[in-house]
Amino acid sequence: MRNLFVGLLVMCLFVLGFGVITVGAQEVTWTCPEGFEGQELNIFNWATYIDEEAIPRFEELCGVTINYTTYSSNEEMIARLRQGNPGFDIVVPSGAVIPVMVADGLLEELDGQDLPNFVHVAEQFVDPDYDPGNTYTVPYQWGTVGIAYNKNAVGDAELTSWEDVFNYDGNVAWLEDQRAMLGVALQILGFDPNTHNLDEIEQARDFLLENGDNVVRIAEDDGQEMLLAGEADVIVEYNGDVFQIIFECECDDYAFITPEEGTNVWVDNLAIPTGAQNPELARVFIDYMLDPVVGAANSNYIAYASPNQTAIDEGLIDEELLTNPFIYPTEEELEKMFFILEDPDTEQLYSDAWDELSVLIGG
Amino acid sequence: MVSTIETRPKKKTHGLLLALPGIFWLVFFFMLPLIIILALSIMTPSRGGIGGDVPLTLDNYDDAFGGVYFRVIEQSLITALTTTVICLIIGYPLAFFIATQKRPFMKQMGLFLVILPFWTNFLVRTYAMRTILGQQGPINAVLLNLGLIDEPVRMLNTQYAVIAGLVYGFLPFMVLPIYATVEKFNFSLVEAAHDLGANDWHAFRRVILPLTLPGVVAGVLLVFIPSIGAFVTPDLLGGTDGFMLGNLIQRQFRGSGGNWPRGSAISIVMMVLVSASVFIYLRWGERED
Repeated sequence: MRNLFVGLLVMCLFVLGFGVITVGAQEVTWTCPEGFEGQELNIFNWATYIDEEAIPRFEELCGVTINYTTYSSNEEMIARLRQGNPGFDIVVPSGAVIPVMVADGLLEELDGQDLPNFVHVAEQFVDPDYDPGNTYTVPYQWGTVGIAYNKNAVGDAELTSWEDVFNYDGNVAWLEDQRAMLGVALQILGFDPNTHNLDEIEQARDFLLENGDNVVRIAEDDGQEMLLAGEADVIVEYNGDVFQIIFECECDDYAFITPEEGTNVWVDNLAIPTGAQNPELARVFIDYMLDPVVGAANSNYIAYASPNQTAIDEGLIDEELLTNPFIYPTEEELEKMFFILEDPDTEQLYSDAWDELSVLIGG
Repeated sequence: MVSTIETRPKKKTHGLLLALPGIFWLVFFFMLPLIIILALSIMTPSRGGIGGDVPLTLDNYDDAFGGVYFRVIEQSLITALTTTVICLIIGYPLAFFIATQKRPFMKQMGLFLVILPFWTNFLVRTYAMRTILGQQGPINAVLLNLGLIDEPVRMLNTQYAVIAGLVYGFLPFMVLPIYATVEKFNFSLVEAAHDLGANDWHAFRRVILPLTLPGVVAGVLLVFIPSIGAFVTPDLLGGTDGFMLGNLIQRQFRGSGGNWPRGSAISIVMMVLVSASVFIYLRWGERED
């Protein structure tokens, strides 16, 4: 219900604002194929996850109408699709859940490598493990889960690790991303973050419970709002969401760090769900998003890392972002990070552990 | 009174016809969903936790009663009871105050003010509570400026915030039915009681309370039942402290990694609990008479 509310707000914004279309520093040279005028496209994306000009510009270029709705977790998005696609043409699943979605027949074939703009995708994102041959998806953004804190509240205590978060004396908010959070615990305990072993998953749950006394809320992808409102001094969040507020506030109040012990790294992807009403226009939109200028504008706006090699090479990405080790981590840092790959067999084990944790933590 | 109940056969068919929409409604929107939930609650979750499958099992009820989930049931009961009691303590005198105003204008004004919050959506009001109770909210600002506290108090993301939100949301449901009974109350009965030697306390205890009890019973039920199943309020105000049954059930139906059969079983347990407490309460209320 809350997400519906936020979605409506976002839609209102799109309806009300942006009468004038401004293009950023670089001209968008992408052209829309003929024949889509007057059609509709329904996009289901993560909250705060697109350049504010990307949608109106596409509407202008193609003469189409876009209905934009947001969600706050992969689980939420998959839940909607499993109950029958209500008409979405584009979804943005993380790599972790794509094998499950494909196995369940939730995604339509896209043949991403045939899209004209696929040539811009950086090598390491072509033909990924979670989607061999880019049959169903193309990469959109990538990022990490990390720790953000209010410098004034934390004082001299400089946080560098998960342990610092667990031991922090004050209000902490975690992230409603069960696999990332349990994955962190599994990694610290020396287990595989994708383990199938129930005993290990339960140990991870207990580990988080022991270390979660200071957690006041498990935030649904809006931890940065809690940081801004002072409801929490330390939060666990996706890196870009935090940098959005760090850049926006033009202050020196907030810091983001990648924890020493390692963390979750992920790639989000553009995909067409089964039952899409307008898969052709969806393909066109996905190609548009792969355009270096459009892609760079997205990454510059939402402060996540771009998989668009051309955009990086041609200097379209803001220097400030590109040189930020918390947005584009070094090889060394990446070595310590883990990918999640969901497995239908263990889905229930992880969510049961997380449900129990949600009940017992704090109260 | 009794003589007017006599009816002719013709009227009877009319009555059935008139009841049809209601019967239709009850069958399709109450009976049918209830049967589906009952059936689901004894099934095994299918892939991804959506829907149910054979074999049939009672494990889901085991889950609902066993271990961690029962904690949520207890906690929800406590929260709902506390909410109801606070609503009663505030609502009863308030209803009395409004109903005993001499000027009709004041009466209408009082009622109007009680109903006024309904003009704004409940979700929006709950968001407003978030701001009001927040660390940078007005309450903390006032306390800080008065020097009563040194640093902001955490009010949001606690069980107290949930109770405050529920009391705020459901208080009108307590005030209105009590108002209705007090309005009809004949105050010369109090004078009669005084004449017969009752002091104020006795007059209240033996005359006013029993005669306004129907309103209290209605108010208590109208507050308790929605409180125990509250979902938005604990979700927005509760944080890790205020997790309630509504949140637990919602989680089971969210899809990926959810568990519809378990969610159904917890729903059934909640329904039974609510019905049982209502039943006990009504019986107790009767005896009080």
